[in-house]
Amino acid sequence: MKLTLKIWRQKNASDKGAFVTYPIDGISTDMSFLEMMDVLNEELAVKGEDPVHFDHDCREGICGMCSLYINGHPHGPKQTTTCQLHMRSFSDGDTITIEPWRAAAFPVVKDLVVDRGSFDRIIQAGGYVSVNTGGVPDANEIPIPKRIADEAFDSATCIGCGACVAACKNASAMLFTSAKISQLAMLPQGQVERMSRAEKMVAQMDAEGFGACTNTGACEAECPKGISLTNIARMNREYFSASVKSENV
Amino acid sequence: MILDSKSPIGPLAEKWTKHKFNSKLVNPANKRKYEVIVVGTGLAGASAAASLAELGYKVKAFCFQDSPRRAHSIAAQGGINAAKNYQNDGDSVFRLFYDTIKGGDYRSRESNVYRLAEVSVNIIDQCVAQGVPFAREYGGLLANRSFGGAQVSRTFYARGQTGQQLLLGAYSALSRQVANGKVKLYPRTEMMDVVTIDGHARGIVTRNLITGKIETHAAHAVLLCTGGYGNVFFLSTNAMGSNVTAAWRAHKKGAYFANPCYTQIHPTCIPVSGDHQSKLTLMSESLRNDGRVWVPKTVELAQKLRKGEIKPRDIKEEDRDYYLERKYPSFGNLVPRDVASRNAKDVCDEGRGVNETGQAVFLDFRDAINRDSEDAIRARYGNLFDMYQQITGENPYQTPMKIYPAVHYTMGGLWVDYNLSTTVPGLYSLGEANFSDHGANRLGASALMQGLADGYFVVPYTIGDYLAQIGPAPVDTNHPEFAKAEKGVKDAIQKLLSINGAKTVDHFHKALGHIMWEYCGMARNAEGLTKAKGMIQELRKEFWKDVKVLGANEELNQTLEKASRVADFLELGELMIDDALNRNESCGGHFRTESQTPEGEALRDDENYAYVAAWAFKGENTPEELNKEPLVFENVKLTQRSYK
Repeated sequence: MKLTLKIWRQKNASDKGAFVTYPIDGISTDMSFLEMMDVLNEELAVKGEDPVHFDHDCREGICGMCSLYINGHPHGPKQTTTCQLHMRSFSDGDTITIEPWRAAAFPVVKDLVVDRGSFDRIIQAGGYVSVNTGGVPDANEIPIPKRIADEAFDSATCIGCGACVAACKNASAMLFTSAKISQLAMLPQGQVERMSRAEKMVAQMDAEGFGACTNTGACEAECPKGISLTNIARMNREYFSASVKSENV
Repeated sequence: MILDSKSPIGPLAEKWTKHKFNSKLVNPANKRKYEVIVVGTGLAGASAAASLAELGYKVKAFCFQDSPRRAHSIAAQGGINAAKNYQNDGDSVFRLFYDTIKGGDYRSRESNVYRLAEVSVNIIDQCVAQGVPFAREYGGLLANRSFGGAQVSRTFYARGQTGQQLLLGAYSALSRQVANGKVKLYPRTEMMDVVTIDGHARGIVTRNLITGKIETHAAHAVLLCTGGYGNVFFLSTNAMGSNVTAAWRAHKKGAYFANPCYTQIHPTCIPVSGDHQSKLTLMSESLRNDGRVWVPKTVELAQKLRKGEIKPRDIKEEDRDYYLERKYPSFGNLVPRDVASRNAKDVCDEGRGVNETGQAVFLDFRDAINRDSEDAIRARYGNLFDMYQQITGENPYQTPMKIYPAVHYTMGGLWVDYNLSTTVPGLYSLGEANFSDHGANRLGASALMQGLADGYFVVPYTIGDYLAQIGPAPVDTNHPEFAKAEKGVKDAIQKLLSINGAKTVDHFHKALGHIMWEYCGMARNAEGLTKAKGMIQELRKEFWKDVKVLGANEELNQTLEKASRVADFLELGELMIDDALNRNESCGGHFRTESQTPEGEALRDDENYAYVAAWAFKGENTPEELNKEPLVFENVKLTQRSYK
């Protein structure tokens, strides 16, 4: 296949950045999108030009490291991660526009690489059960109905890639934050800190500069792991009930 | 040097308990005076960093990814073993110990493996307490499944994403300690060297991957939890960033490297589709429960298939060779990983491989679908079939899957004693980065177990004994050894940047991978290995003359990161060859064609090779020195594995 790539190039965080167009030829439909990027980078390197920087690691759709806003969609046209997107989803002669995630809380580091440290800080604000290593009860002393365990799993499957933020016109991190709050709110292990967790994680989310939720549902539609909007409803409920009972007034 | 494993004496079942009691303790008020560096934030690193911080130590945690949550432990699919015996099916700590020793083809240390089995039960308790959503039965209790190499159901799992859920559990514990101010996190930071003072590890040199800044960090102890080195083969199921740099640089500072030739090649991966391929994807071993492995009986048919003149379904039953069922009637398609992999290679070498490349065999679900219906197969493997279709564009319900073995895990690694200490005092190694528990072959669902055992339940005890002995006197980076190490790192980077040759880093990495796969892959022999050694030496010379690394150090420079890692792989590759040459026996994942039974199966030589080969670095371009740790088996009887 022959393609035209319009790629966002930005030298560093303070650079203004601009699109640069690269023609590319000889792309096979079996390649993954990132392998197509590898081909481009090999060509650039041979020519002595700086390769396009992008984040990627496991290339099997689970680490959440890859990003890329492709033709107006986070992770491209399919509901999957960029590393699991293959070139057979495109046609010969296509023009493909590739941008970084765009959000104030995800500043661009270089080219298509952004800083998602804000996600880590949201988890640090309360996305855990406060147990130390050792001294915990036997695993089967905490029976959990299968339905609850399965639902908690659905929330826990978030890979923290940030596609939800990139998809949202408000750059809201509600889907990401709510997935963790939901998982722990549903499980018996999470009950003790349930209220303070919701308060602290939402406060951190706001402090990072993520936007509010206006229920467009773009996050759910673009999430490569199918994290459901139900999580946001659940988080709102948790947060509301926490603020009513809060001791932190 | 005599390698002292420091295994406690006494009955197997009492060793760990006694050892814990005999270890010195650090007073709770003194713990905050000690600093510990943890490199890598996978299961081993994150669990160790969190547990040490909970105890009161000051911890710094480093990872090259943008977040600790992305370490490659996250990609583990199947599950985690634990001797809980919740199924009442005869499991016990001793049985898990026995299965692991046997599965490792009797090339691991009894005392370590027993301790692993012993603490396995605590791991499950810990993870459940953290909120890890394991699979459950309708009664609300934990579910188990069975896995290769065991006759009991002891594998705990969270759908096909067990590694993800366990890592997120450890990451949450780590995040809590970051919030408490007990752990300082350094993401997008690569360890470039270990700093030793008077023979003890006292810190590290790092490179900030965003700014390029070279920094030094001092500590009372350094833990390397940096994973395996499978990417020496270029293509593997490892993440793109997985590398040997931390372990290798530690090796060059005095840490022995043990059994580097032990690599696990997983039989069911999606085959290579072309030169552009950047990584290989595993398809769960469970598929072999219903899929039948075959290739055409004749080379002619295989050639027609490759050219697209006929389709797999056109090949008549009598023209198909279900070679695993034919050769191993009692285990059939469910022979262990190493046996399945070797046989796939053999039929492809005969020219009977399928796929355009001739490097693939069929895994066919036709009979299972006819027997149980397509819906039944979809219920069992739907997500895997979807993943296969997404990657290959072929529908495995209608045409057989194509699979081929791929490098998956490395059992070798830094040599450690019972305390997980390397040969450099104060330098520890945990998880896949060390060599300790899997011998020459790892059983499924045991990698997660080992990573978490080392981090949650072993090193928090053993490190105290060392720290109590050295005392809490502050360490700082003003010592000249830090400046020396920092200069070494800076010089090496400048050297890479100044070559400005004609060939890309990937060119060299692919060339190395090709040599390793061809001569040090599924089957090895003295002739090939000797040839490969020369080829790697040549390639390394060429690399340092002709590699092209663009850009500068003072920026995000992914080419420079890669070049620095590939430089280390080029050295490790040669040591793997040396180790494979030295070990003139077949065991587990290491198959020397000179050492096989009349039926072509792996033949161990217990008389001459029942030892751990631990290599000592002796200087650039100087042969490494072989040290042996004899393996003594007091509790199991060594037998020949047979799957006929």
